[in-house]
Amino acid sequence: MSTPTTSFGREAAAAIARSKNEPAWLIAKREEAGELAAALELPKPEKTPLARWNLNVQGAHRPGKSAASPAELPIAVASQLNAQDTGALIVQHNSSVVFTRLPEELKAQGVVLTSLEEAARTHEDLLRAHLMTAYEPGEHKLSAMHAALWNGGVFLYVPRNVQIEAPVQAILFADDAEATFVPHVLVIAEANSRVSVVENLMTDLGDSSATLLHNGAVEVFAKPGAHVQYAAVHHMDNSAIDVSYRRALLEKDARIEWIVGEMHEGNTLTDTKSILKGNGSSSDAKFISVGTGSQRMSLTTGAVHFGLSTESDMVTRAVMTEAATAIINGVTKIEKGATKANGQQTERVLMLSPKARGDANPILLIDEDDVKAGHAASVGQVNAEQVYYLMSRGISRAEAERLIIYGFLDPVVSEIPLEELREKLQRILERKLG
Amino acid sequence: MSSLFEIRGLKAAIEGKEILKGFDLTMGAGEVHAIMGPNGTGKSTLASSIMGHPKYEVTEGSIHINGEDVLEMGVDERALAGLFLAMQYPSEITGVTNADFLRSAINARRGEGNEISLIKFVRLMETKMKELEMDPEFMHRYLNEGFSGGEKKRNEILQMMMLEPKLVILDEIDSGLDIDALKIVAAGVNAMRSNDRSFLIITHYQRLLNYIKPDYVHVMMQGRIVKSGGPELAERLEAEGYDWVKEELGIVDETVGQA
Repeated sequence: MSTPTTSFGREAAAAIARSKNEPAWLIAKREEAGELAAALELPKPEKTPLARWNLNVQGAHRPGKSAASPAELPIAVASQLNAQDTGALIVQHNSSVVFTRLPEELKAQGVVLTSLEEAARTHEDLLRAHLMTAYEPGEHKLSAMHAALWNGGVFLYVPRNVQIEAPVQAILFADDAEATFVPHVLVIAEANSRVSVVENLMTDLGDSSATLLHNGAVEVFAKPGAHVQYAAVHHMDNSAIDVSYRRALLEKDARIEWIVGEMHEGNTLTDTKSILKGNGSSSDAKFISVGTGSQRMSLTTGAVHFGLSTESDMVTRAVMTEAATAIINGVTKIEKGATKANGQQTERVLMLSPKARGDANPILLIDEDDVKAGHAASVGQVNAEQVYYLMSRGISRAEAERLIIYGFLDPVVSEIPLEELREKLQRILERKLG
Repeated sequence: MSSLFEIRGLKAAIEGKEILKGFDLTMGAGEVHAIMGPNGTGKSTLASSIMGHPKYEVTEGSIHINGEDVLEMGVDERALAGLFLAMQYPSEITGVTNADFLRSAINARRGEGNEISLIKFVRLMETKMKELEMDPEFMHRYLNEGFSGGEKKRNEILQMMMLEPKLVILDEIDSGLDIDALKIVAAGVNAMRSNDRSFLIITHYQRLLNYIKPDYVHVMMQGRIVKSGGPELAERLEAEGYDWVKEELGIVDETVGQA
């Protein structure tokens, strides 16, 4: 089981799609992807030998039980919700979406929130034009597997000029380690629209010894002038593997804000990239992570500048404890012709144990002269000068270090736009940091 | 007679280099002492050694506050015993707001179960900030992050006013302050003067002492006090510089531990 096999392919992909009664165009796409999955290699993130990870896990199609109201959702999910909240919400349980709620006033404005499987029937044109175009099946074996196997999924469509105030919440939940758990979130924000999406990825796997592979993807398409905020907290049992690829394609003057807590307890491979295609588009990415146990993480953020006067800023802050390892990559790419682009990135790693390891790799690839680009990276322990300063006011060493470590992570925590999720992130931090 | 604060024969080194070479000082309660001296004579080392900065190693001598052995205490215990150092270069700490930090510091003094209420705390902080003419927005800013030099100094004085220490050391509090800010800071310090609180003011300009009148003035050279006097000593130093002191004492190089 240690090396991925090529047993999964065209036929297997088609069989699953047919069993779910999917439209012909989608079955054909899945067949192609299945074929690619058999042929392509795994991605090769810096210093992270994926061949040793148990990625040859397809799982079985195990749809969750549909819920008529939030109260019928699994306890683990229901407990995440504020009972008073009547905002937009979609829940995937194992291999299918089990609950969707969209306020009437948003429906009336033409907003669509459904499972992606449902959208394949109802919004074929939009899906054909967007699905897996920013994250292509041909990138590597994992993307092909994703394209062949994605299930449940989230489709959010925000029409032109529509501004959604309250965050749209997606809960992606698995409690069956043998289920295929491959959610895909597709967000299409039309011109001058505004939306904030909050994703909560979680599991309740109990003592299962099987490996759950979350091979998820997010694609955001921000049309001219659209602003999309995408906040996510990933936290699964350590027997799960988190593979998450996120892409945003930005048109003229569009903006994406990524606010992500990579809090998974097990091995993690995430790659988040903003493609600044339109002139004047901008991307702001803020990531935090806490590593515990002996988990290995590869966290990559990227920005690719095509448009004139495009701006990107990426900050990743990680705290590594025990024997955890994180390889943190930041890739700023400025293409020829992207004049006046400005790409900035910062990677900071705080090491709390001699056995912990953290690498920060800032990479700037610049093919244009008239641009600004900058990076800062640091790997180190809690700053002794800062501890001294706090202690000099009477604060104990333990409390001083606690303040500094939580403060280090605060720029992401404080920006999570949904109170319940922000509090959950706080609790996870408290548990992980002890 | 028992003094509030007493330093005897203090020797301290940084990275193996001895900077303080037998420093003595006795301060009574309610007194204001100024330590003046050119750059590189050990003034800031003195402040850091008293507070317990981890880079400075005290190799000899003693420090007592109210008869308690300061050198036996951790940095936090020194603060709880009543010491306060307004630093020349305060740290910037991302993610920790000024308010959270000060509340933690106040609660460290009050102890568990006796924490200050949020409302009371906010009121206190607002009042003190107003006295220092600080923008209320600084309450929720990350500690010293992005503060100008003058804003950092005011923030140090704000902490002093809220923590009400017994012995205040001001390390070059006047550097980087324009005259208006200097007056505000000095007014903050003067408002804190009382019979049971003492101040040790470290500066190399006399300017600050126009606004905070010292009882005693000491000149520091070569890692120790070489001359002491009253406020008139500071005025003469301002008018004539330090050369006459060096001449009088036969000192050629007043600095210490310079490469």
